Order: sequence, then C-alpha cells, then structure tokens
Amino acid sequence: MTNTPQPIDNRFYEMLERLQAVDFVLVELNLYLDTHPNDMQAINQYNEQAEQRWAIAHEFEALYGPLTNFGHSYSGYPWQWNQVPWPWQV
Amino acid sequence: MWIYEKKLQYPVRVSKCDPQMAKFLMEQYGGADGELAAALRYLNQRYTIPDKVIGLLTDIGTEEFAHLEMIATMVYKLTKDATVEQLEAAGLGAHYAAHDKALFYENAAGVPWTAAYIQAKGDPIADLYEDIAAEEKARATYQWLIDMTDDVDLQDSLRFLREREIVHSLRFREAVEILKEEQDRKKFF
Ligand SMILES: [Fe+2]
Repeated sequence: MTNTPQPIDNRFYEMLERLQAVDFVLVELNLYLDTHPNDMQAINQYNEQAEQRWAIAHEFEALYGPLTNFGHSYSGYPWQWNQVPWPWQV
Repeated sequence: MWIYEKKLQYPVRVSKCDPQMAKFLMEQYGGADGELAAALRYLNQRYTIPDKVIGLLTDIGTEEFAHLEMIATMVYKLTKDATVEQLEAAGLGAHYAAHDKALFYENAAGVPWTAAYIQAKGDPIADLYEDIAAEEKARATYQWLIDMTDDVDLQDSLRFLREREIVHSLRFREAVEILKEEQDRKKFF
C-alpha cells in the first residue's frame, strides 16, 4: 500500500474524469431502472459498468488515496482519508 | 446511512474570480428551488411515499447533495481570491459582514433558507407534482444563470446541472404514471 499519495498531476485529472464518466453512466442507469425495473438489458449494462467502476476506482485509489470513508476504501500510513485535496480544492 | 465520496459528480472549473456571479449562484445553494431544498424535499417525502417510488426519491435526493457540492465549489472558487472591496462591489458586503467568505444557505438576495420552501403532503401524487415543478423551476434558474455569465468553464458545469434537472423531471413524471397505473389496477379488481 502506498504511503504518500501521488502529487496532483495531469494523470489525476484524467483518471478522475474517467471515474466521473463511468459514475455518470451508473447514476443514469440507476435512475432509469428505478422507473423501468424490468429492463433486462439495462440491468446487464448496470452490472457491467459497476464492475468497470470498481476497477477504475481501485486504480485511482492506489495512486491518490481513498475515495470513500467509513471502511469503503483502504488507507495507507499515515491515515490518508483526511489528506488534501478535497473536491473543491482541485 | 450515507457514504461520502471524495470527488465531484462533474468537474467544476472557473476561469476568473467573479463574486457577482457567486452571489447569483447562491440561488441554487440556499434558494427555494435550489439543491439543498431539492435534497431535503425528496429525502423527507420518501418515508411515506408508496414502495415503488422510494428508490427513486432516495437516489435523486442523494444526487442533489452532489449538485449542492458542485454549487458550493463554484461559489468558493469564484470568491476565494476576491478582495473585500470586490465583494462589496458585487453586493456581498452584507454577506461578508456576517460570514466573511464562508458559504451560507441563503438565496441570491441573501434570504436564509427555510423549510417553508418545501412541502410534504403525504399524498403521493401531490408530492410528485411538487417535485416535477421543483425540477422545472431549477432547470429554468440554471438557464438564467448560464445566460448571466460569459465564463465558458462555468457554463459547462451549469449545463450539466441543467440537464440533470430535465432527467429528474422525466423520472418523476414516470413515477406518477407508475402510481396511477397501480391505483387503476386496485380499482379494477
Ligand atoms: Fe434535480
């Protein structure tokens, strides 16, 4: 596990945008499925995207630290969660 | 339970310090049809709405908090380098006197947010119609905000938010149809 997160570089923004893109697809599919619960194709797409999302998030976290709190991401030493940058700082 | 994610839903970039625009954007922060009102409205209504719509209210209510964070980021970035003189010239003198550069849940005119902005009637159709109206009002506000700035970076993020209101409105209208169908089926049998 990396101890110090990588500094904010171009790759940070590229990977963040990849994550935002896949998460956007997931939010859209999620809301759509809330009102179209029998659309099998959309459910398959949702599950595929969720798997991709997991991979992208882990790649991002390995470089730049945890994305989520309360045990949904791992931490290196020292405690990485409260390290900058926060979303409004980038 | 909610889990925080350390990222914005969509990038927020601004190309200049613009406290005047920050003041206008506060309409979507602490205004009647803003993101705080939206999140609290839906997450409060969901406890008494029929089961078929609870997921939708939970998910849209949660997404509204992501939008609230985007608006906060805009206001923060547009004001962080402003001098006191610039804030005063932008009409934020009264805000500065009470809050320095801290954000506050108030609308563009400085009126603090109130729960009186939102409703919960316990009647699912009444609640969903209010939600549809709220989304349409927010969409209109985003259009006026886009018209008021020439900052292309800011416009890009505002367009994203405007599109989200359109999708939310559509999903709420589908929810109304789902409930009407269910009601008709109950009457028939
Ligand atoms: Fe919305």
